[in-house]
Amino acid sequence: MPVKNFFATRWGIIGVGTIIGILAPLLQKLGNPGNMGICVACFERDISGALGLHRADVVQYMRPEIIGFVLGSLIAAYIFKEFRPRVGSSPIVRFVLGAFAMIGALVFLGCPWRTLLRLAGGDGNAILGLLGLIFGIWIGTLFLKNGYNLGRTQPTHTTAGWMLPLIMLGFLVLMIVFPQIPNEAKSGVLFYSLKGPGAMHAPLFVALIIGLGVGFLAQRSRFCTMGAIRDAVLFGQTHLLSGFISLILFAFLTNLVLGQFKPGFAGQPVAHTQHVWNFAGMALAGLAFALAGGCPGRQLFLSGEGDGDAAIFVLGMIVGAGFSHNFGLASSPNGVGPYGIPAMVIGFLVCLFIGFTMRKKAV
Amino acid sequence: MATTVDARGLSCPQPVIMTLDAIKKGKDKEIIVFVDTDTSKENVTRAAESQGCRVKDVSPEKEGYRITITKD
Repeated sequence: MPVKNFFATRWGIIGVGTIIGILAPLLQKLGNPGNMGICVACFERDISGALGLHRADVVQYMRPEIIGFVLGSLIAAYIFKEFRPRVGSSPIVRFVLGAFAMIGALVFLGCPWRTLLRLAGGDGNAILGLLGLIFGIWIGTLFLKNGYNLGRTQPTHTTAGWMLPLIMLGFLVLMIVFPQIPNEAKSGVLFYSLKGPGAMHAPLFVALIIGLGVGFLAQRSRFCTMGAIRDAVLFGQTHLLSGFISLILFAFLTNLVLGQFKPGFAGQPVAHTQHVWNFAGMALAGLAFALAGGCPGRQLFLSGEGDGDAAIFVLGMIVGAGFSHNFGLASSPNGVGPYGIPAMVIGFLVCLFIGFTMRKKAV
Repeated sequence: MATTVDARGLSCPQPVIMTLDAIKKGKDKEIIVFVDTDTSKENVTRAAESQGCRVKDVSPEKEGYRITITKD
């Protein structure tokens, strides 16, 4: 029998949720934006901006947390002999789902992780986001019950599994070669925000080390915020959900201790109060995550253990962020962007098309 | 006779859906599930146990695991 993985037990997943719940508000205290200690969607959007894929000058920063998530997972996967390079399960579909997941998330202004952190910080708008997320995932489970699947992966060369970790390593090298220069919007090839959330960040190495730690633990525990809701709805299983709940609880307690809990709807950091669109944005993101088999964090951790299809989803999200800001789809604290609503309609149609048509039984 | 479920190459939650299907619909007392990742191994084992089944054996096989489940 293989050695039992402690992190895959109930206490293991609760422990990991607790650690993330404490570290995320701490990162906020150390400089990250409000209720955004860790937000996978927001941070990938900032990376997209740092690379100049969009020119929204308030959200451009190469976030070391994301780099750490992938590399931490890679390290864990190698130590525990779980690195399995694999590709070939509908990569282009995953790319499209990643792009629309990002478009939906940026209408709400946050991924499932940030939904929980916003709730834990007292942002009432996140209640609508959470309800939307649950609704979107519920639609996804209906497709899953009717045979929806993305097909099988194939084992492949180790090199293929290393591609996203190497890209992340490359991003880190760029950050070190072209470090932020005070009052300069550009350093070498990288863009750095001078104001807005992109200008708020914890020190590079602290963020990187916390990212590595979370990546390591999440790889071991299979922590997934979408899976938490999906498994509860689909199978009545509460394993992942217990990690999800411990994250909210401990983030709430940490916020109380750090004086970061401020209940209300109006004037919340990086948030708007348009309830319908908060709900709809996260519903679209939730559906896309459910169809792609993992929340944005989980996609990074899977990429670290060699899953080339999850890596394509990540790239879809980064490119989707480019579209979001270039096309005016992303919301701002003033509300939805000029083309945010039609983009969501298209996103839902695309997800439904994928869900209805990809129902061939796995062979 | 045993029902065989080949969930190799399939990502979450397909292996669990297929295993639960086999537990609920299959007539055989024994179900053998093939998976190729540790995550799937843990998920399938957890799901089978939640249905009151017994996981008789988990053995490494080629690029993955062979999980033997028995229904009571």
